[in-house]
Amino acid sequence: MYPKDLKYSKDHEWMKVDGGKAKIGITHYAQDALGDVVFVELPEEGTSFGAHEGIGVIESVKAVSDVYTPVSGEIVAANEDLLDAPELINEDPYGKGWLVEIELNDAAQLEDLMNAEEYEEFLKEEE
Amino acid sequence: MNDSLKKTPLHRAHLDAKAKMVDFGGWHMPVQYAGILEEHNTVRTKAGLFDVSHMGEIDLQGPNALDLIQKLVTNDASKLSIKQALYSPMCFPDGGIVDDLLIYRKGKEHFLLVVNASNTEKDFQWILDNAIDGVEIQNISPEIAQIALQGPLAEEVLQKLCDKDLSQIKYYWFDNVTVDGEDCLVSRTGYTGEDGFEIYLPSEDSHKVWTAILKAGEEEGVTPIGLGARDTLRFEARLPLYGNELSEDISPLEAGLGIFVKLDKKDFIGKAALAKHKAEGLKRKTIGFEMLERGIPRSHYKVLKDGQEIGFVTSGSFAPTLGKNIGLALVKSEFAQAGNNIEIQVRTRSLKAQIIKTPFYKREAK
Repeated sequence: MYPKDLKYSKDHEWMKVDGGKAKIGITHYAQDALGDVVFVELPEEGTSFGAHEGIGVIESVKAVSDVYTPVSGEIVAANEDLLDAPELINEDPYGKGWLVEIELNDAAQLEDLMNAEEYEEFLKEEE
Repeated sequence: MNDSLKKTPLHRAHLDAKAKMVDFGGWHMPVQYAGILEEHNTVRTKAGLFDVSHMGEIDLQGPNALDLIQKLVTNDASKLSIKQALYSPMCFPDGGIVDDLLIYRKGKEHFLLVVNASNTEKDFQWILDNAIDGVEIQNISPEIAQIALQGPLAEEVLQKLCDKDLSQIKYYWFDNVTVDGEDCLVSRTGYTGEDGFEIYLPSEDSHKVWTAILKAGEEEGVTPIGLGARDTLRFEARLPLYGNELSEDISPLEAGLGIFVKLDKKDFIGKAALAKHKAEGLKRKTIGFEMLERGIPRSHYKVLKDGQEIGFVTSGSFAPTLGKNIGLALVKSEFAQAGNNIEIQVRTRSLKAQIIKTPFYKREAK
């Protein structure tokens, strides 16, 4: 449910860091809480965001939910496949359901994120 | 969970089925089991079972019961036969809506009103405040469970458990039927746009009957359905929801329920105001629209025409059966023509939409 090679935020996003870039998506817990995702709004490539700023919106049948970037940086890719197939977020949240790729401008911010074990602990406290 | 939330007699069954539970107007209710889209599709193609025991039931009995109902509601209950049901708004003197309800005629002087869960107390008090002599008024909601089986296979599945021929119960009629050996009131009514039944029974029998229906429909693919799909189903069929399309600030005429307002009926509460509104011409109308740009309309979003605010969205959603993003909105009458282009304010952007005819979805005739 929570792959070991990812980092996790308290807003239920995951990050997969690869050099100076990172992919961002939402966790299994978040997609399950939302239910069937039917709409995704993503930022344009080239846009810069500060840490914890809203970068997009995910809507399920019943809920509208903002997506925040856990770290600051510039969007270098957005997952266009989600525009026609938002259900990928439910079906494959850590794979085909990724949202954006961001170029990090402050790698130190990653230290604020949780590893898989810490995130699972965090979820237990949330419930 | 919060222990102050009310529970239906089927609460345990929802927890056992691992339903996702939410606070719905003070009730701890299942919003989904397998997922809203899957459940929606089950009801459109097979049949699904709903626990709607949170709905309120008010019993009216006595020689003047019909007179009281005629005073309270906008529709004409005087033509109701015994074992027939009727839908009606119930209004305040200014034409705003107290609630919308079903009226069941159980006997010449005996009626059952079925009202929205969140309005039960308000309605009961309203009825008491407007009571006349010769009617006994009782709020029997806690004693009554309500289960709805909805979908094209509803009759086939329910028939397996019943002592009477359900095909003899026509749309908006009911009968006393035993279901799995238990005495129930079964009506051919519903809130999904599909054929189906609503089953009223003593709370203590509800778990047995619920389980029996699911078992009887196992082969046909009958599953429990949560309130999430109940909302998308009723929305596609353009059935109004109190708190969205209907409220104390919206009249039944504005909501498009004019056929349930009988202005030729003898006096009823709200008649003078509604007659005046009609004569002067309605200032607002409820319309359906389809998004032309990417975005999902949601209730309370603003409706614009050339940048000017002309109304607000009452309900909006991705429509599972149609695969489109659609909405209902209350707008100024001069803009309400089908085919007109409007805009919906979705967060920071105004997105193009077009007014279309409703209902969005209508089942094929048998």
